[in-house]
Amino acid sequence: MTVKECYEVMKGDYDDVMSRLRSDDRVKKFLLKVLDDPSFSQLCDAMAAKNADEAFRAAHTLKGVSKNLSLTGLAYSTSNLTEALRGKTELTDDIDPLFKKVKKDYALTMACIQML
Amino acid sequence: MGRAKKTILIVDDSEMNRALLADMLENDYDILEAENGMEATTIMHEHELSISLVLLDIVMPVMDGFETLALMNKRGWIRNLPVIMISAETGSAFMDKAYGLGAVDYISRPFDERTVRHRVDSNVILGEKQRDLADRLTAQIYEKEKDNRLMIEILSHIVEFRNGESGLHVLHVHAITEMILKTLRKKTDKYKLTQQDISLICNASALHDVGKISIPSEILNKPGRFTPEEFEIMKTHTMEGAKMLGDIPLRANEPLIKIGYEICRWHHERYDGRGYPDGLKGEQIPIAAQVVALADVYDALTATRVYKPAYTPEKALQMILNGECGAFNPLLLECLKDCAGLLKKELTMISLGNAAEREIQKTVADTLKTGGADTSSRAVQLLEHERMRSSTLASLSREIIFEYNAFPEIIKLSDWSAGYLGMPVNIADPRKHEFGTRVFKAEDFDHLLNKLKRTTPTSADITEKYALDIKGTKTWCKIVAKAMWTDTEPPEYEGAIGKIIDINDELEEIAVLELKANTDAKTGLFNHEAAKEQINDKLSSLKNDRQYALLFFDLDNFKQANDNYGHLFGDELLEYVAATVKKNTRTSDISARIGGDEFIIFMSYSGEIEPQIERIFNAITGVYKTFPIKISMGVALTDGTPSDFDTMFEMADKAAYSVKNSGKNSFCFYSDELKNTVTGRNS
Repeated sequence: MTVKECYEVMKGDYDDVMSRLRSDDRVKKFLLKVLDDPSFSQLCDAMAAKNADEAFRAAHTLKGVSKNLSLTGLAYSTSNLTEALRGKTELTDDIDPLFKKVKKDYALTMACIQML
Repeated sequence: MGRAKKTILIVDDSEMNRALLADMLENDYDILEAENGMEATTIMHEHELSISLVLLDIVMPVMDGFETLALMNKRGWIRNLPVIMISAETGSAFMDKAYGLGAVDYISRPFDERTVRHRVDSNVILGEKQRDLADRLTAQIYEKEKDNRLMIEILSHIVEFRNGESGLHVLHVHAITEMILKTLRKKTDKYKLTQQDISLICNASALHDVGKISIPSEILNKPGRFTPEEFEIMKTHTMEGAKMLGDIPLRANEPLIKIGYEICRWHHERYDGRGYPDGLKGEQIPIAAQVVALADVYDALTATRVYKPAYTPEKALQMILNGECGAFNPLLLECLKDCAGLLKKELTMISLGNAAEREIQKTVADTLKTGGADTSSRAVQLLEHERMRSSTLASLSREIIFEYNAFPEIIKLSDWSAGYLGMPVNIADPRKHEFGTRVFKAEDFDHLLNKLKRTTPTSADITEKYALDIKGTKTWCKIVAKAMWTDTEPPEYEGAIGKIIDINDELEEIAVLELKANTDAKTGLFNHEAAKEQINDKLSSLKNDRQYALLFFDLDNFKQANDNYGHLFGDELLEYVAATVKKNTRTSDISARIGGDEFIIFMSYSGEIEPQIERIFNAITGVYKTFPIKISMGVALTDGTPSDFDTMFEMADKAAYSVKNSGKNSFCFYSDELKNTVTGRNS
């Protein structure tokens, strides 16, 4: 699977990432790093522990990571979750569906990256 | 030859983001990384002057970007170190706050390579230019100050040489005046003396006897007592000097002239009103003239003159305090008494060349401090040099060496010390860290820090003995430390440096051997013992939500590799596997070769672990120079129950053994069914 095809499947913006990072090799290198990035598991941990503050930070980091790689779908759902968590001291009802969406997008993104 | 690379500090909690920025910049810059503000502060504290630029994230754990900026302001670093904010936050409130705290630029996510490089390049260049300008400014102020002082000194030396004196008198009066004034300022703010006033009075003190130029030399240099007529003539040097300065056209309002006038005219007045030429009494005499008068007398007593031998400093002080040499302000006498010890030392060190040079350097430094730019490249070089020297010494020395920073509280250990104590190199908030609660008993640690805080710049050394917990063993240690105070006025307490000396010599020897034994020489991974110790550490501080996995594997066909390709190839193969293990684990994971072709990996996880194991398994099994690498791997999980190394190792070993028995080259998780497996290993 080429990087471009990968972006198509995981709803990312290939043209955008190429205009910023400028080579397939670099994009691929950092996509593979996403596999090891701990922010998603930190997010899951924080959500399980009902720690809104840490969940915010982890979601925020994940958003940064996905924006940097133009993972548009994941960036959009993490951004929604980040904003919902901002300033919260406890998890409110609106958060769970947003978190589920992030999990779904994350799973898709990871599956695609693993095929690279 | 190209110029040395500049250094950039990237502060971001996401390793991905740091790596991405580093990837864009590392061709042109050396990169330092920190994952939160606290780490960044520690790095800045250490490398402040060699860092050209900071890229700073806002949302981070422990210490966020704004707190970091605030601290950089407090420390004054922000003036010399440009900071570019990197954040996904684009709200204008965030940007305003960052700019308000001194950030120079803002790069928002997602990062665009051209933008990042361009902004970094231009801000680094800007910083360089500012530093260059500061250098030139320093050079110019230095020249100007040198000329000024030269003129004053030429003038006063003319008088002294006519007087048959060495020229040291002017320098001595300068030094004594300065010391008395500084002591005075600490005692009282009655005279409202600023640092600038003090430096002005000291400079003007050189002019005190300028009026002697008009005294005939046979009177000036007469060895015996003056006749009353001669004395009257001698006394006129005060008014003559004042007149010379007062008559300089259009300059009457220059502070140096005004103070010089006061000093010339009134440096022979007495506090009791019985001096000359005006018979001023008490505080009617300007403070500048009072101090110079005292300095003049003190130096005259301790020097040889045509009419008298030199008295010892102790004798001179005694004579002055007894009122044998005039009447002085009691407060000034107290100051003289306070600084007598220091004075004695200082005056013997003054020689004609270096005193002037030292003064000029100091004035330049003072001027620049108030002017805003205080780091010239030269100072940077000197400091860097010094820093390199001390860190080299620290690394060579097999002693526990620590640096303590009082605000924010950070303990920094030398690399060796950190390894020895099993502590990190940088310990933020040490009173709450194991270092301040376990290694030191909390009350001992408080005692030590309080003791340091209560020192003074002149007596900054302390020695204390405490029983420390070193690697689980109660060990009596001696702490020798020196508190660090700034040389500003008033001095501020910054922290301390010191060493911890194990009082039993033999223990030190053992420690060195242990360090050597920590890593496996062939692969650079940990050895069995070191891994066990670290893993047990992690397991014993196990938090409920943390899960750990222990992976154990050996090579299925290692013997074959040795037999068919030789031992050299076997060694290469092990090194290759070790490198692959390192590449595919995080720095927080623990990897070790525990003997022969057996390896372990210990890692934390959350959620699904199997994909991670599969990834590692796939990474290791591959082909090395046409030789297919196959492994049997067993995995033990903590699974929410407390555990220790031996238990987990036994489980992983059993799981690996079952892989061996069922076709090899695979991995298997431990389950209770394997409980009774006998692997033939004595654990």
